[in-house]
Amino acid sequence: MHTTAAVEVAGLVKRYGRKTAVDGLDLTVAQGSITAVLGPNGAGKTTTVETCEGYRRPDAGTVRVLGLDPLAQAAELRPRIGVMLQNGGVYPGVRAMEMLRHTARLHRHPLDVDKLAERLGLGGCGRTPYRRLSGGQQRRLALAMAVVGRPELVFLDEPTAGLDPQARRATWELVSALRADGVTVVLTTHHMEEAEELADRVAIVDAGRVVAEGSPRELCRGRAENTLSFVGPPGLDLESLLQALPADCAVGEAAAGSYRVTGDVGPELLATVTSWCAQHGVLPERIAIERQTLEDVFLELTGKELRG
Amino acid sequence: MSTPTGAPEGVRAPGAFTPRPGAAPVGRMIVAQALLETRMLLRHGEQLLLTVVIPTLLLVLFSTVEIVDTGAGEPVDFLAPGVLALAVLSTAFTGQAISTGFERRYGVLKRLGASPLPRWALMCAKSASVLIVEVLQIALLTAVALSLGWSPKGGVVGALAVAALLLAGTAAFSGLGLLMAGTLRAEATLAAANLVFVLLLVCGGVVVPLERFPEAAQTVLGALPVAALADGLREVLQHGAGVPWGALAVLVGWAVAGLGLAARFFRWE
Repeated sequence: MHTTAAVEVAGLVKRYGRKTAVDGLDLTVAQGSITAVLGPNGAGKTTTVETCEGYRRPDAGTVRVLGLDPLAQAAELRPRIGVMLQNGGVYPGVRAMEMLRHTARLHRHPLDVDKLAERLGLGGCGRTPYRRLSGGQQRRLALAMAVVGRPELVFLDEPTAGLDPQARRATWELVSALRADGVTVVLTTHHMEEAEELADRVAIVDAGRVVAEGSPRELCRGRAENTLSFVGPPGLDLESLLQALPADCAVGEAAAGSYRVTGDVGPELLATVTSWCAQHGVLPERIAIERQTLEDVFLELTGKELRG
Repeated sequence: MSTPTGAPEGVRAPGAFTPRPGAAPVGRMIVAQALLETRMLLRHGEQLLLTVVIPTLLLVLFSTVEIVDTGAGEPVDFLAPGVLALAVLSTAFTGQAISTGFERRYGVLKRLGASPLPRWALMCAKSASVLIVEVLQIALLTAVALSLGWSPKGGVVGALAVAALLLAGTAAFSGLGLLMAGTLRAEATLAAANLVFVLLLVCGGVVVPLERFPEAAQTVLGALPVAALADGLREVLQHGAGVPWGALAVLVGWAVAGLGLAARFFRWE
């Protein structure tokens, strides 16, 4: 549908002194999509996003945002993007609505600030100085500031860090509404649930590289851990079952009468297995489905050990 | 695209976020930014202590009680120009250094860097807010000084010379304040800017005439920007001289050096 990507990062390298924060990262974000950049702390998420925002000069590679160079064409790019930093960005003594109104004044066609504040649950703390807002209110104000200028593309760096479940839900609804209205969203997170819930595309970043990319379902698909198991009479004709199943599935009899089907386990697969059983006069017992969550994929790819 | 059920009318209307990007006209952005920064400066209690309370107290106290020998003539005629110089120092240097240092620390400058407001426009807005606060300070201090019997000299040329001195002083102090704010940590800036304020208040020819210091020190102290500003203002307002080119040259020198170094070394994050 869209010919140009909203964000195109190719071979991005960024070093701070001897430490390589981003190490040959590639990322393409389609216009109008929500892309989650998922990764452990220190994976290079923020550096990548901040390079797209024009804060960092790449040591190698190219970055194009809305077709523009974020550094050389910053003046042209800035009005078109919305930025939510990981923290701060607001005068400590400014009142919440004062800051939002001010940010709106820097744009030509801003949103109605009162409606936006109401939507994000900021209506009640409009006169509260920023430093006295709760952490969640501060995050929501930063989100409101990122979208108030009606940008084409927003970068949200950990938009729900420290939010309570209600505030997180409000943020998710707003992000979904942005996409529904055609805004491209790039967000970083280390909440799998958030990426699974919101994102069209997930890029899992580790040690400065994209280690896996796809829709949440694609990332979970086709891994050995996605299994459907059932118990039935021993010695079933597995060749026949295999032919009934989609091509990339595997079937095995782990122990006598204990069967495991692995593959893209979804509703269709369950129906296929049960109808095959019906055709063969088999009553499958103890049907169990184990799907890998994005969290499993994430831990598998980035390792389970804690890092500093 | 349908409105989710149960949502308040108008708040979640579809299409509300349809992109329509664009920067506001740059003049409007500068006005908005300058007014916001002015409100921040005026709202800050500690800053008001430096910019309003201390200069006013010094003016009243030293004019009415003979603490320091201010030489021939009414003490207020000596003190008023010095206190005006102090007011410029407090806002353009101390206040601006501290607020900018904390804006840098809290990511305000970083966030504004991603907004449509260009950096040069931000600096214009900062200067404008400093000038607005200075106008308020000068109005207040002039009213207090006049009520204490101040009789400033100098006609139209004098007024122009005073304006030139105040602007050059503001530029010099702004450069030094921004240099400090853009290179040191916010806490270090807070401490250093206050220390410099106190030192210059005592040793910068503001309330204590430089003649009270040892001769060797006078040459050095006389080259300080606050001393040049205070002496320049005194030459015009107390002695009725024309344009004090020497003082003006010293201030322009500090302004060029300070702003040049700030432009070179200021770090936005």
